[in-house]
Amino acid sequence: MTDAPILNVTDLSVRFPIRGPFGRSLGQIKALDGVSFTLADGEILGLVGESGCGKSTLGKTLMGIQAPTHGSILFEGTEIAGRTPREARALRRRLQYAYQDPGASLDPRWKIGRSLEEPLIIHTDLPRKERLGKVREILTSVGLPAGHTDLFPHEISGGQQRRVGLARILMLNPEVVILDEPTAGLDVSVQATVLRLFRDLRETFDLTYIFISHDLSVVRLMCHRVAVMYLGRIVEIGPVEDLMENPKHPYTQSLLAAIPRINGPRVTENFWLKGEPANAANLPVGCRFQGRCPHVKPICRETDPEDRAIGDSRVACHFAGEVFPPVPVAKKEQIS
Amino acid sequence: MNDVLLSVQNLSLGFRGDGGFAHILDGANMTMRRGEIMGLVGESGCGKTTLASAILGVLPRTALQVRGGSINFDGTDMLVDTNAAEQESVRGRRVTFIPQDPFTSLNPVFTIGQQIEELMKWKSPRRAPGASRLPPIIALYPRARRKIDREKVMEMLNLVQLPSPDQLLKKYPHEVSGGQRQRLMIAMALLPEPDLIIADEPTTALDVTIQAQILGLLRNLATDRGVAVMLTTHDLGSAYEICDRITVMYAGQDVETAPVGEFFNRPTHPYTAKLLDSLPDGGGGMIGIPGELPSFYAPPPGCRFQTRCDRMTEACKTRPPSANAGPNHLVRCFHPLYPTTAPAEKESLA
Amino acid sequence: MSALKRILSDRAATIGGAIILGLVVVAILAPWIAPYPGDVTAFHLTERLQPPSADHWFGTDRMGADIFSRLLFGARITISIAVIAVGVSVLIGVPIGLLAGYYGGFTGGALMRTSDVFLAVPQIVLAIAIAQTLGPSVENVILALSITYWPFWARLVYAETNALKKQTFVEAAQALGASDLRVMVLHILPNTASAIIVRTSIGMGATILTAAALGFLGLGAPPPTPEWGRTISEAREFLPEAWWYAAAPGLAIFLVVMGFNLLGDGLRDILDPKLRRGSQ
Repeated sequence: MTDAPILNVTDLSVRFPIRGPFGRSLGQIKALDGVSFTLADGEILGLVGESGCGKSTLGKTLMGIQAPTHGSILFEGTEIAGRTPREARALRRRLQYAYQDPGASLDPRWKIGRSLEEPLIIHTDLPRKERLGKVREILTSVGLPAGHTDLFPHEISGGQQRRVGLARILMLNPEVVILDEPTAGLDVSVQATVLRLFRDLRETFDLTYIFISHDLSVVRLMCHRVAVMYLGRIVEIGPVEDLMENPKHPYTQSLLAAIPRINGPRVTENFWLKGEPANAANLPVGCRFQGRCPHVKPICRETDPEDRAIGDSRVACHFAGEVFPPVPVAKKEQIS
Repeated sequence: MNDVLLSVQNLSLGFRGDGGFAHILDGANMTMRRGEIMGLVGESGCGKTTLASAILGVLPRTALQVRGGSINFDGTDMLVDTNAAEQESVRGRRVTFIPQDPFTSLNPVFTIGQQIEELMKWKSPRRAPGASRLPPIIALYPRARRKIDREKVMEMLNLVQLPSPDQLLKKYPHEVSGGQRQRLMIAMALLPEPDLIIADEPTTALDVTIQAQILGLLRNLATDRGVAVMLTTHDLGSAYEICDRITVMYAGQDVETAPVGEFFNRPTHPYTAKLLDSLPDGGGGMIGIPGELPSFYAPPPGCRFQTRCDRMTEACKTRPPSANAGPNHLVRCFHPLYPTTAPAEKESLA
Repeated sequence: MSALKRILSDRAATIGGAIILGLVVVAILAPWIAPYPGDVTAFHLTERLQPPSADHWFGTDRMGADIFSRLLFGARITISIAVIAVGVSVLIGVPIGLLAGYYGGFTGGALMRTSDVFLAVPQIVLAIAIAQTLGPSVENVILALSITYWPFWARLVYAETNALKKQTFVEAAQALGASDLRVMVLHILPNTASAIIVRTSIGMGATILTAAALGFLGLGAPPPTPEWGRTISEAREFLPEAWWYAAAPGLAIFLVVMGFNLLGDGLRDILDPKLRRGSQ
């Protein structure tokens, strides 16, 4: 393991033009607006945010499914921004993407064995016998019987489909796996099993994860570092414990304040964040959080904050480290 | 006591399907008092949505087979076919509904104002219940009532903190966000001045900060008006936030009912305990529950959790009766995690 | 379930399939089944326009030839026209639709607009114009039909491809590094196969009708080719007395087209629900 980051993203931007009738340009949606971060070999980086924050777009841009408008992605030292998975094929082997529903990533008309062989057919010259051997090997490592190769996706359960989808990604021994909302919509007990699976796979295959999720409690459990996104930008990034205990950006503070804490005071009694995120097609001048921030000052309406380093974290706020969540005005009785 | 608003007793029903008869609900019990906020909690397949739909009376009648039990809302039987007229007067007036998906809950071709007006025309508390004398399409909306209704609507829209209510009424559903739509659904659920609101996973599709706003709003408005709320959810955190009591269901059976503090601190049924252990913040962290849901076509006799329970014995092949595990705390298990006293005499709360 | 079993489980497909199978067998075995194989070219003017009898099941035509035998040989022509015309138009139309749907953009738009131009004119009118220009012959009929039919397939496949390319499994294959060709041929095409198969069967029926119409108008094969449409045309001047002369080929056309339609309907029922279940 080297010290150089395995992934180095600088100033990545993705803009979607909005077109009116006759193709007139009406504006643009800044899905990603200058995103920068690094990923160390072997770590699990969480990417959190609410809908519209750009985390899914970021995942797809890293993967090459979405072309960036601007910026650089250095994967193991090589530039891959804007290159389709086919172009950067040799490199892309090592960077894979797991859909929220990995079962949906399987062609419904292909047998599972064939779907699993496909990555090997595309990227390697292995003869059939060896390919089949590898398929069996990987199926076992995700906890599925080797006989599943003859089944179709609709003949196995949703949970097993998920494992097959993951197995397919692992066929090429990737280095980095982007997990896009892997636990969204799952029951709590199933979620626990899935997370354990990810942990086990990481150990077996020595993987690095980018863990995209909207669920902070899951992120806290799984990740080493977390990046919080809001309207296309990383507003805070740092070690997970530090971020969860001492959030420095007001948005992060609101996000943490919104999470129910069982056996703690009820958060909905005094939840202070009002309103909704600004329109992504019409971001205000200055800080994108100004409309909802309880600490907003004139400078926030003029200049978009630069990243400020505070300890091991980076925060995009003019007053990073100086602002704290509002104290609840009236404390109602707690549940004992 | 006449404090009891809703009483579901021993409800068993299911649907005829390709694979036979699916026993979706098996002897489900639930009681709600006036003004309380009850959480109906369970994972997918537990039957909570089916139970909610049964209370509302919106299960598909052709495929539905009721095998036993009753649903009684404040004296009105909500289950039998013969009681349609009374059920009609309860549904949408005294019992209202907040659906799960804010994106498909409104008709996309009518403005919000038109839809609220339609609601008030038929379900306003100032209108006598029952079918109209004229056919619905030409039924009249008396001006005097319309005026009062409109005032109430504006008042409610302000209460749910929707910005610019006048302009909002002119908009189409796709022009407002998911959070705003849910606030609208809350408003529409409160306008008929109901006794009970059934909210089916109302914040599952919403972001966590919006969820916090919506849950807080729902709780405040309901308690201010003394409206009971039945909230179905698979998110225990949301249940903790606003519920007074929680009922857990597993595979169509109710297994435990407890006040919220008891529920999270003394889970007595093995399933409840395992569920709490699976939570990311709850002690266990990443312990799942081994095994799978039993098939609804051939469920095990008695307690349906037996196939995944490590405390299971032969006794579990009969359905355990309700036993007291604490104040207002009922559990159905022969091997509870904490000692219980003799089974309750009736299947409802005293 | 094997393919055969699936077909047998659906009544429409079974009946339709049986009719078509019958047609093919009859066409192949025509020289041996026909009571008067020589009558394709020979004529017996003494026996002109005889009504149906034990000797001549469908009677005789204006040249005295046995209508039944000529029908059997005509089946060969009918099948070749249908198979070749539909086959060629599928071979042209499907790749065009696939490419246009997958790449979209300017090329896709251009290809679709071109097919729109062809579709704007009713197939029969266009086919008449082409066949007229090129001269009456079976080959020209086939050519005219192919040229006018490919846009139908192109549009069908275009619509399906457009929908399929947004599906997760296609995107996943692309993310895996599969080439465009691979994605189109191995992923998208098989998923459009059922739609194509169903339409092919029904298309055969439609093509036979159009071919018969062209033959009727005299644009098909020259006499004495026993083409069914031409036979009806010949029968015109002898109606209504020699009703069997037109009824026989008319009946044959009706039977075959119905057979293809039934088969197509049955295939649709067999393939679609399976597909829906398959993609859950």
